[in-house]
Amino acid sequence: MTETTGTIFIDGKAVGFMQGQTIMDAALSAQVYIPHLCHYPGLTPSGNCRLCVVEADGRRAAACTTAAKAGQQISNNTAELNAARKVITQMLFVEGNHICPSCEKSGNCKLQAMGYHLGMLEEHYPQFNPRRVLDASHPDILLDRGRCILCGLCVRASHEVDKKNVFAIAGRGADAYLIVNTVSGKLGDSNLDVTDLAANICPVGAIMFKERGYVTPIGERIYDRQHISDVAMHEHVTEQKGDKKR
Amino acid sequence: MTERKIKIATTSLAGCFGCHMSFLDIDEQLVQLNERIEFNRSPLTDIKHCGPSDIGLIEGGVCNADNVRVLREFRANCKILIAVGACAITGGVPAMRNYFDLRECLEEVYLHGAGVTNPQIPGDVELPLLLDKVYPIQEVVPVDYFLPGCPPPADAFLAILLPLLNGAVPPQMADCRFYYD
Repeated sequence: MTETTGTIFIDGKAVGFMQGQTIMDAALSAQVYIPHLCHYPGLTPSGNCRLCVVEADGRRAAACTTAAKAGQQISNNTAELNAARKVITQMLFVEGNHICPSCEKSGNCKLQAMGYHLGMLEEHYPQFNPRRVLDASHPDILLDRGRCILCGLCVRASHEVDKKNVFAIAGRGADAYLIVNTVSGKLGDSNLDVTDLAANICPVGAIMFKERGYVTPIGERIYDRQHISDVAMHEHVTEQKGDKKR
Repeated sequence: MTERKIKIATTSLAGCFGCHMSFLDIDEQLVQLNERIEFNRSPLTDIKHCGPSDIGLIEGGVCNADNVRVLREFRANCKILIAVGACAITGGVPAMRNYFDLRECLEEVYLHGAGVTNPQIPGDVELPLLLDKVYPIQEVVPVDYFLPGCPPPADAFLAILLPLLNGAVPPQMADCRFYYD
């Protein structure tokens, strides 16, 4: 372990950090869980899901994009922040078509696991029921935009690790949607491969493999066995690549 | 003096009765529960209308005009209304028709469906009119408690009902008590 260059305090616990680390980096190395969906260690943080928002020296900031500063006092696991996180999760649910009982990703889904983690019993807000284009053109991979939460993990994985730039996010705000970087816009015309990180990193049921439905039965899946806060401690792009977890 | 029995009414709107089956899965504890409760309108009693009740359990989402009528009758008559299961809370599997127009759905099933011999969209006045979408029940009436799951496990019914029978507020349920899948 490299020497730490300072200490921050997360909910009173002293956490060492190295120069250049974010609050999220420091927390994860110290086994402190800050809820997150769009962050994945090893990829450039994006700060778009806002679940990791903490109070750093009295000011709210996304832990994944805010640099740790010596002596920082951080509130993370508080009733107020967790209530805000639950609201964000509920909004993510109503914005898309998240069909847990009939979704193959159920049990392996981070959005669902986040619902459990935050004690979400219902969606609270009226559902959008958006109609988004489903793309089944790829022989091995299904893209269902209805279940996409626009976390951008596939975009970053494809750009930074696979070096293929298969995905991008187009549009703004509520009109944003995931696009495929081919002339036809179809996934089948891209060079996305099942071993690509971009094909494996989707936290929800938007990018899924074909012909593998229910290979792992419900009840034996990642979040059926482990809490999301424990799984998050062992995530890094080097472990995710190659679909080892499924 | 015998204690007044707590009245419970139950119904399945756009549901599959799976939640009712799960409720019955509390098995022998039903006997114990039966000493404290009596059923009002419910598929278990065949009473046709919901009278004044203490607790109403609603399974299934709201897909047609009759569902709306029944749900409003429950809300008007039940002191506490509980949304039971994924369909009541989110619309569930029936709500997958929300990604299509109602007309598209009806034409696919009754006009262009495989094996249809006398194609026509049913229009009998006895049939309740379908809504444009399938709605979670909390989008139609206020709901007091939510019991998620597909179906909620049998234990979860007891976990929410037993405190209510004792006049207490049900505690925040542990993760292990509810299932979204």
